[in-house]
Amino acid sequence: MSGFRGTTATNPREAADWSNGRIIRTNLRAILGRAYPRIIGLTREPSWVFFEILLPFLAVSAFVFVYRALGAAEEFVGFVVLGGAMTAFWLNVVWMMAAQFYWEKDQGNLELYFTAPMHLMSILAGMAIGGLVMTSSRALAVIVIGSLLYGVSYQIEQPLLLVAVFLLTMVPLYGLGMLFASLFLLWGREAFHLAQLLQEPIYFLGGVNFPIRHLGVVSGLVVATLPLAVGLDAMRQLVFPGAASQGVLPVGTEMAILAVMGVVFLIGARLALGWLETLARREGRLALRWQ
Amino acid sequence: MPDDLAIHARGVTRVYKAKPEPVTALGGVDLDVEPGEYFGLLGPNGAGKTTLIKILTTLLIPTSGTAKVAGFDVVTETAKIRRVINMVAGGEQSGYGLLNVREQLWMFSQFYGLPNREGWRRVDELIEIVGLGEQRQQKVRSLSTGQRQKLNFARGLLNDPWVLFLDEPTLGLDVAAARDLREHTLAWKAAAPGRTLLLTTHYMVEAEQLCDRIAIVDRGKILALGTPEELRRRVQAESIFRIKLDRLPENGGLAALASLPGVLSAVPADGTDAAGADRVAVKVALADDSALTSVVTAVADRGSHLIGLAKSEPSLEDVFVELVGRGFGEDEESPEASAS
Repeated sequence: MSGFRGTTATNPREAADWSNGRIIRTNLRAILGRAYPRIIGLTREPSWVFFEILLPFLAVSAFVFVYRALGAAEEFVGFVVLGGAMTAFWLNVVWMMAAQFYWEKDQGNLELYFTAPMHLMSILAGMAIGGLVMTSSRALAVIVIGSLLYGVSYQIEQPLLLVAVFLLTMVPLYGLGMLFASLFLLWGREAFHLAQLLQEPIYFLGGVNFPIRHLGVVSGLVVATLPLAVGLDAMRQLVFPGAASQGVLPVGTEMAILAVMGVVFLIGARLALGWLETLARREGRLALRWQ
Repeated sequence: MPDDLAIHARGVTRVYKAKPEPVTALGGVDLDVEPGEYFGLLGPNGAGKTTLIKILTTLLIPTSGTAKVAGFDVVTETAKIRRVINMVAGGEQSGYGLLNVREQLWMFSQFYGLPNREGWRRVDELIEIVGLGEQRQQKVRSLSTGQRQKLNFARGLLNDPWVLFLDEPTLGLDVAAARDLREHTLAWKAAAPGRTLLLTTHYMVEAEQLCDRIAIVDRGKILALGTPEELRRRVQAESIFRIKLDRLPENGGLAALASLPGVLSAVPADGTDAAGADRVAVKVALADDSALTSVVTAVADRGSHLIGLAKSEPSLEDVFVELVGRGFGEDEESPEASAS
């Protein structure tokens, strides 16, 4: 039965005395641990191919046919395919980041996260990284299938810049998801409805199926608040020849906006999480199941 | 010294906001649990047991009073407490169903900062200990309720906690699975001295089998606290024996037995009239066990033969009924349930 023993500490005070290095390592491991189920889910739940690639692809196809019927420039087909790929990230942020704490509470995981010695931000970061890896494969699948099926051509002159814009988009996008994770739990008893509320309006305002420049004055507000819209606008400018004229702002400016958004949303997520934990411990109605 | 105790609570109250009026789930709990002690909170649903566990595991802040775990304050030193505790609840559905048993435990080991290789080693050890070896590659969602709770128990031991909280751990388990879990808990006690267990349960047998001391809790208050033996003594100071004889003793019968030194009473058991029966059962109340020798001798001297002898002790449920005035199955509306 020696397996019951797992530490060499001789008393609880010694066991609780952690160095800063150990605290950091524990949080890094917690990120890895929480990312694992999402990444492994890629191979364990193949139904995602149908629900998250083929079904959303029907919406993409509908816009492709509309644009072609109207005789729009061929690059609009590329806009829609790229928008369809980025939709996967937004869906992931809404359903598997923002609503996640709500599900975790129902399962009883949230209690265990609270009582474990890592920071809850590590759990959110693990969820984000796992979700990013999982969704990247789905987004790539949408781009490959869409490109092959509709003959989309890309002209990428600055691939590193494109990668940088993509990564810079992901930081505020998932930062927003981390922020929403706490807010969903604080605000709503029904995460399902809140998630739905965030889905269609963002498809529209985010310019998933058309360049947001066409929203007119609203586009300025959108660019200032929605990371999906800004990132998509910048990526379209970098991927499609002649798309710069469809962009709201120059790529460099949009990158700066994304960077600021990233900082703001991550700080916001950290603050919201602190607020959530304080309320959870004071009110007893957030972290505890059935309450 | 409070800092040397595994658990120390003074005047802990917890009031939940509720309509039409706030509900007091804990009404001033004082509790000291020594390191290495297995301590039980026994009470009906809504007694406040779970609320106390939530406070001690840093999930809730007490409305008033102070509480320490392993010498650390539950309000201001949560990070340190979380490094030395773990918690397992009955009916727990934690983790992710798509992971297999090994992966699930490994994931939780990462939350406690176990290095990768050490984490896997510990996971494999615990899987063997709780008897899930054959299910190690099985997805969590396909485990039975009993297997699931074994997995949860293993999860609770991943970080080798100094204080383990088990909240109704055998709730909903069948007899065999509940027995297995209790055996694993006792094995942990033997293998990891110095570790403390706080168990909440409303199963008397469980509390009696696992715990060194028990607190009987109802409506947010500790009504009695002591070893199982001490608690039983609270409701029955005398020793009661049921003896079977082949016939009534001659020369005075039961009255002769009752007049012996240290014998408080001797009456026919079960209220039956023993006179003239071939075999008789007699209930003898003694001031203490030492008086039994004189009873047995007196029976033999008066021509009777002893056929059977059994000590009759009150159960913990008797203690509870005596203290509370109602049984476990007669719960009134619970404060915790009202607050939800």
